[in-house]
Amino acid sequence: MDHKFSHHPYIPNSDEAIKREMCDFVGISSVEELHRDVPDELRLHRSLDMPKAIRSEYELYRTVSGMLQKNETCEENINFLGSGCYQHYVPAICDEINSRAEILSAYAGEPYEDHGRFQLLFEYQSLMAELLDMEVVNVPAIDGAQAAATAIRMAERATGRKKAVVCENILPDKLAVIRNYCTPAMEIVVLPFERESGQFDLDSLKKLLGEDVAALYFETPSFLGTVAGNAREAAELCHACGALCIIGTDPAVLGVLEAPVNLGADIVCGDVQPLGMHMNYGGGQGGFIATMDDERLVREYPSRLFGITRTEVEGEYGFGDVYYDRTSFADREHGKEYVGTQAALWGITAGVYLSLMGPQGMQELGETMLYNARYAAKKLSCVGGVSVKYLDQCFVSEFVVDFSKTGKSVGEINDQLLSRQIFGGRDLGGLFPGMEGCALFCVTEVHTKDDIDALAGALCEILGKEGK
Amino acid sequence: MKKINRDFKVRDFHQAKWNEPIIFELHNPGHRGIEVPLASEALKKEAGDVYATIPQGMRRQKAPALPCVSQARVLRHFLRITQEVIGADLNVEIGQGTCTMKYSPKINERLARSPKMSELHPLQDERSVQGILEIMYKTDLLLREICGMDRVSFQPQSGSQALMTMASLIRAKVEHDGKGEQKDEIITTLFSHPSAAASAIVKGFKVRTVGPREDGYPDFEQLKALVNERTAGFICANPEDTGLYNGEIKKFTELVHSVGGYCAYDQANANGLFGITRARDAGFDMCFFNLHKSFSTPHGCGGPGTGAVGVSKDFADFLPAPVVDFDGEKYFLNDELPHSIGKVRVYQGTPQVVLKAYAWMRALGAEGLYEVAKIASLNNNYLYKRILELRGTSVPFDSGEQRVEQARYSFQKLFDETGVSTEDVQRRMCDFGLHYWTSHHPYVVPQPFTLEPTEFTSKEDIDEYADAIAQIVEEAYTNPEIVKSAPHNSSAHRNDESPFDDPKQWAISWRSYQKKFED
Repeated sequence: MDHKFSHHPYIPNSDEAIKREMCDFVGISSVEELHRDVPDELRLHRSLDMPKAIRSEYELYRTVSGMLQKNETCEENINFLGSGCYQHYVPAICDEINSRAEILSAYAGEPYEDHGRFQLLFEYQSLMAELLDMEVVNVPAIDGAQAAATAIRMAERATGRKKAVVCENILPDKLAVIRNYCTPAMEIVVLPFERESGQFDLDSLKKLLGEDVAALYFETPSFLGTVAGNAREAAELCHACGALCIIGTDPAVLGVLEAPVNLGADIVCGDVQPLGMHMNYGGGQGGFIATMDDERLVREYPSRLFGITRTEVEGEYGFGDVYYDRTSFADREHGKEYVGTQAALWGITAGVYLSLMGPQGMQELGETMLYNARYAAKKLSCVGGVSVKYLDQCFVSEFVVDFSKTGKSVGEINDQLLSRQIFGGRDLGGLFPGMEGCALFCVTEVHTKDDIDALAGALCEILGKEGK
Repeated sequence: MKKINRDFKVRDFHQAKWNEPIIFELHNPGHRGIEVPLASEALKKEAGDVYATIPQGMRRQKAPALPCVSQARVLRHFLRITQEVIGADLNVEIGQGTCTMKYSPKINERLARSPKMSELHPLQDERSVQGILEIMYKTDLLLREICGMDRVSFQPQSGSQALMTMASLIRAKVEHDGKGEQKDEIITTLFSHPSAAASAIVKGFKVRTVGPREDGYPDFEQLKALVNERTAGFICANPEDTGLYNGEIKKFTELVHSVGGYCAYDQANANGLFGITRARDAGFDMCFFNLHKSFSTPHGCGGPGTGAVGVSKDFADFLPAPVVDFDGEKYFLNDELPHSIGKVRVYQGTPQVVLKAYAWMRALGAEGLYEVAKIASLNNNYLYKRILELRGTSVPFDSGEQRVEQARYSFQKLFDETGVSTEDVQRRMCDFGLHYWTSHHPYVVPQPFTLEPTEFTSKEDIDEYADAIAQIVEEAYTNPEIVKSAPHNSSAHRNDESPFDDPKQWAISWRSYQKKFED
C-alpha cells in the first residue's frame, strides 16, 4: 500500500526517522512488516473509503460545529419535555469538576494512584445515601432503566423466584430495557394503571402477587407525574408474600417527597441525570441502586461498591472495593450479572451537585417545582378545550394535558408550538392505549412564570380559544 | 550557580496529598453552596397551597442530612480530590492494557460541551436535531466501513453492555430461527473479556470456554469438541488480551456457522487493526467497538462511553431501536425494526460520545486510521522488546510471534527470585507517577501485567515507562523492601483491606461508617 502519513499531532511516532529507529530496534525493516499474523485472505487490500483527514484543528472545529449549528436547543427555545430526561439548572461547579483532566481522562486505576477517584465515588454513594435515607448505593449503573432491570435481577437471586410484577406507568423505554434484560430468566408481568386516576389499583396488584413473585417494581412519581399514594399498602402486600418492593424515583423531588425506603421499599433505583447532568440528547443518564446494609442484598449487587477503611498511616482515609469477589471482574461467568464501564463521571458530578445543594437546596428545588408545575397545570387547564388529567392529585414537575377535546392532535399542536419556539409535551398516544390526545408536560425550576404564560398564550392562539 | 543537573533515569514524582476530609465533615449549618430559583409570590398565589396536595404520609418528614458547605469550599474540596487521581492526560498511560488509553483530543471535548450538543432533549422534534442526527448517521457509515458490517447501533453505553446486546441479538435470532430451545450455549475464549461470559449468562445461555494452546492461540481442537447443535453463538476478542492475532479465526467462524451458530466479535482490541483487516471478512455476523477506547473519547473514571454494535444485514432488524436513518433529505430516528430486541438503554445512547468519536475519525481519515494501527503496533512491539530485556520478566506463549497492540507479561520469575509480586510493582509504579494494571481475575498468567502503549505515546514516553519498570526490577533484586512497602509518594498509603469482605465492618457510605464505628 502506498502510504504516506506523518507528523500527525495525535501520533508522535508517525515521523519517518523515529519509525525507522524503532523498527531497527524491533528488528523489522518497515511498519509494513507488522501484522504479519494477519493472513492475506483476511487483509483489506485497499484504503478505507472515508473522507480525507481534516488536519488543522481549526478546520475540524469549523466542520463539526457547523453540523451542530443545525441543532435547536432547549436554551434557545422553551422546553416542556421531560419523560425521564430533565432540564434542570446545572451549577457551574458541576461542569468545572467533571471537565478536570485528572478525572475526565482516568479510567479504572487502583486505590493508590487513583485514591481520589475512590473518594469521589464513595462521597457520591454517601450523599445519595442521605438523600435516599438508605445505607448502600452503587457506583452508577448505565442508566435508570438498567438500574431497575438490575434491581429486579437482584430480587430474583435474593428470593430465588422468577417472576416480577412491573407497573405499567413507567417510561416505555425502561420497560423495554427491563424486558430484554430479564428475558429469558424471568417472567415480567405488567400491572396496568387505571386511566381515570393514573394509579395502579391494589386489588389488581393482589391478584398478581403470590409466592412465585420475586419483586414488584413501581415508581413514585410515576411516568405520568402522579405520586403513588398507595405505596405503603403496595409494599406491605409485597412483603406479605415474601416479595421485595422496588421503587423507582426521581431524586430531584426528594427534598419534598418522602424517601421511598420510608414507604417500605427494599431496593430504590432511578436516574442521577437530574442531579447536575446536561441532557446531552439523552447522554446524561446514569443509574443508581440503593439498599439498606443487608448482607442478603449487598451480595447481589453486580456493581462496584466502594468502601472506606483505615490505612497504615494513622489519620488517613483509604478506599477500596467492597466484596469484589461477587463481580464478574473477579469471577467471570460466576459473578453477579456483569460489570464494566457505566456512568462513573455522572456519579461524581451528582456528588458535587448534592454537596452544593445541601438539604435546603433540595427542599427549595422540590418546592419551586411543585409551585411551577401546579401553576402551569392550572394555567393550561384554563385554555378552552384543554384539561389537565389528575389535577386533583399531587404532582411535582410532570403532568398530563388532555387535548382530545380541542379538535387538534398533539402532533399538530406541537408543530405549531415549535414554530413559536416552544417544545411541547410528549405525545402519549401510541404509548398507552386510552391516552390518545394526551401529552406529558414537564416544568422544573428553570421555567419562569413568563415561560409558562408564553405556553398558555401560544395554546390559546393555536386552538383559537381565549383563556378562561 | 552551576547548571542544574537534570540527568535522572526515573521521574522524581510526588502526587498531591491533601488528606481532605469527607465532605460531611465540612458541614456548617450556616453555609450554603448554591441558591435555587424560588417561585415568585404572584405565581405562588395562583398555584395555591401545593403542600396540601401531597397525600398524607408522602411528604418528606426528615430533611436529607446532606452537608451545608460554602461554594468555594465545595470547589476546593473536589479540586483537591481530583488532584489525587492520575488520569491519562497526566501520566504516560501505558499500564492499563486492554483499555486503549489514548489521548482524547480537547477540541472534541469542547465541541461536545457546546450547548448545541449538551442542551438537547432526546425527545425533541427531529427537525430541531438534524445536526446531531447527521453526526450519528455519518459515524454509523464510517464504522460500517471500518468493520464491514451493514448497520451500527450506538445504544449500548459500554463494551460490557455491547457484549450483553450481542448476546441478546443471538438469542433473538436463534428464537426467530425456531431454535430457541435447542441452541442454549455460547462459546467464548479464556482470554476474552469477563463480560463476554458473564453477559451470556445474563441472557440465559450456558457458557463454554475455549482455552489457549501451548502457543497462546485459542485452541481450535477445543472449539471442535465444544461446537454442536446446541451452539447458539461464539463470542471472542481477536487479538485477545495476549495481543496475539489468531490468523485462523475464519476457521473458527466457519465451524460455528456450520452448526447454525452465530459469531460475535469483541473489537475492544481493535486499535491495532484499523484498515488492516475487518470483522466481516473474518466471518463475523456482528461486532462492537468501544468509542471510549479505540476512538479516543475519554473514559471518565468509568463511563459514560459507547459500545457501538455493528451487525450484518441479517441482524439489522434485530437491533435495539431506534437507529438513525437518512431519507435523502432529512435524518430521522427509525423505530421500524420488526424483530428488535427492544432497548438496552433509554433514548438513543450517549450521543455526545458519538460526536467525539466522529471528530476524531475526521481528524485522521483513512490514512490516519491506518497509521494509528501501524504505530500502535510498532509502539507495542518496541515496548515488548524493552520489557523482555529486563530481568525477572517473561511473556507467556513466547514463540517469537508479533503482538498487535498490547501484551500480557508475567513477573513470576521476579516473584520467585525476589518475593516481589506484580501487586507490589503496581503500588511502586505510583511512586513514579505511572499507572500499572495487572489483569482481570482469575489470573491465568501468573503474576501478570498488561501493557498497551497505543499510538499517542512517543518513543520518549515509552522509554520513560520501561525505565520505571527497569528501576523497580533493579530495586526488587537489591532492595525489595522499598517495593513491597510502596507506595511512598502517592496520595494514600496501604489500605487495611480487612473490612472490605466483612459485613460487620464494611462501610459503603459515610452513614454506615458512622454507625459501625462510633467513638
